[in-house]
Amino acid sequence: MSRDDGAEPWHETVIRVLKENEVDLVTYIPDNVLRELIDALHADPYFTVICPAREEEAVAIVAGAYMAGRRGIVLMQTSGFATLPNALASLVVPFQIPVVMMISERGILGEFQIGQAIVCKTMRPVLQSIGIEHHTIEEHDHVPFVVDSMIRQAFATRSPAAIILSPLLTKRPRAGAAQ
Amino acid sequence: MTTISNTERGAAKVMNRTDLTQRLVARLHKDEAVVGGIGHTNWDLWASGQRPQNFYMLGSMGLAAPIALGVAVAQPDRMVFALEGDGSLLMQVGALATIATVEPANLCVIVWDNEAFHITGGQKSLTATGADIVAMARGAGLTNSTWAADEAHFESLVDEALGGTTGPRLIAARIDMTKPAGTTDRDPVKIRLNFMSGIAPPDKEG
Ligand SMILES: Cc1ncc(C[n+]2csc(CCOP(=O)(O)OP(=O)(O)O)c2C)c(N)n1
Repeated sequence: MSRDDGAEPWHETVIRVLKENEVDLVTYIPDNVLRELIDALHADPYFTVICPAREEEAVAIVAGAYMAGRRGIVLMQTSGFATLPNALASLVVPFQIPVVMMISERGILGEFQIGQAIVCKTMRPVLQSIGIEHHTIEEHDHVPFVVDSMIRQAFATRSPAAIILSPLLTKRPRAGAAQ
Repeated sequence: MTTISNTERGAAKVMNRTDLTQRLVARLHKDEAVVGGIGHTNWDLWASGQRPQNFYMLGSMGLAAPIALGVAVAQPDRMVFALEGDGSLLMQVGALATIATVEPANLCVIVWDNEAFHITGGQKSLTATGADIVAMARGAGLTNSTWAADEAHFESLVDEALGGTTGPRLIAARIDMTKPAGTTDRDPVKIRLNFMSGIAPPDKEG
């Protein structure tokens, strides 16, 4: 199913895997690392793409859509995730709603802003404490398997999931690939 | 109707949430979805009869309208109502601009304005000192936003929403400080499963 010759940029792989899993609603608050993914999603008529005012709204829209029979994903930056504990702990987790989040990790490996670095340190403890399945992707060739299996597990088990995109995936120059 | 639907906030009658919720529910006839916001708002929805098309929130202040937006986007043929208190709406006021941008024809947000955070002890909310939710909604791009002048006007606004294809709308009602008529049974998974089967698309299983 996957084309693991290393030529496909990670954001194209994500789009392919979303389609394979019939995830056709995307909500996001922008992040520079996600720019190419967001642009490609907007350009693709398969997806309904909504950019609301806050990440909590982005989560709630996807939660409502799931209950009405449509699959979605929420894209955000680490700092956006930091606004979410209340919505996750009072809506998504207790109601057992499979909200899949894709979080671009900012605050490590070359961060220049101390605030971002500190915010980043809150992310995994929050995920851990409310029991949300999460996995960090560092390797380009892990993208299809991790994204696909996290999405499938989330919907099969009615559980939220966080797919974290490390700078090792999104910022590290790749040998032999057009970045 | 034109003059009355431009009611100023100050001219709107102070009504009762239990009564208005019952009036809303009595007019539903096509399995419309209703998302009830935190606290008193969903307690009165619960007390108005536990329709399977109702979703009751157990927290997440201000997310009734965004949840309802998700339902409306997923099922464009079903009318969806979000019920929210003024304190809750003001906490996620950006959601009004999101709704105006997405522009679902099948979404109606109803706001109960009691000028207070009633459930936490009746502390004054920002509408007590002049914040006008209808003006804010219009400013956010929800041009079809109206104060309900009285009960009959509220019902006519609901009827317009039920018959409507003219985009999202907001109805704001001034309400008193009467306690709600019941308390929601707080079982989140049961609430979700009931709601999902209540609004299951015909071709899919809940
Ligand atoms: C994020 C957050 N802050 C504070 C609270 C505490 N709280 C619960 S309900 C509520 C007031 C809700 O006010 P409103 O929506 O106007 O409804 P009312 O109680 O007046 O019916 C508050 C402050 C909370 N649950 N969540």
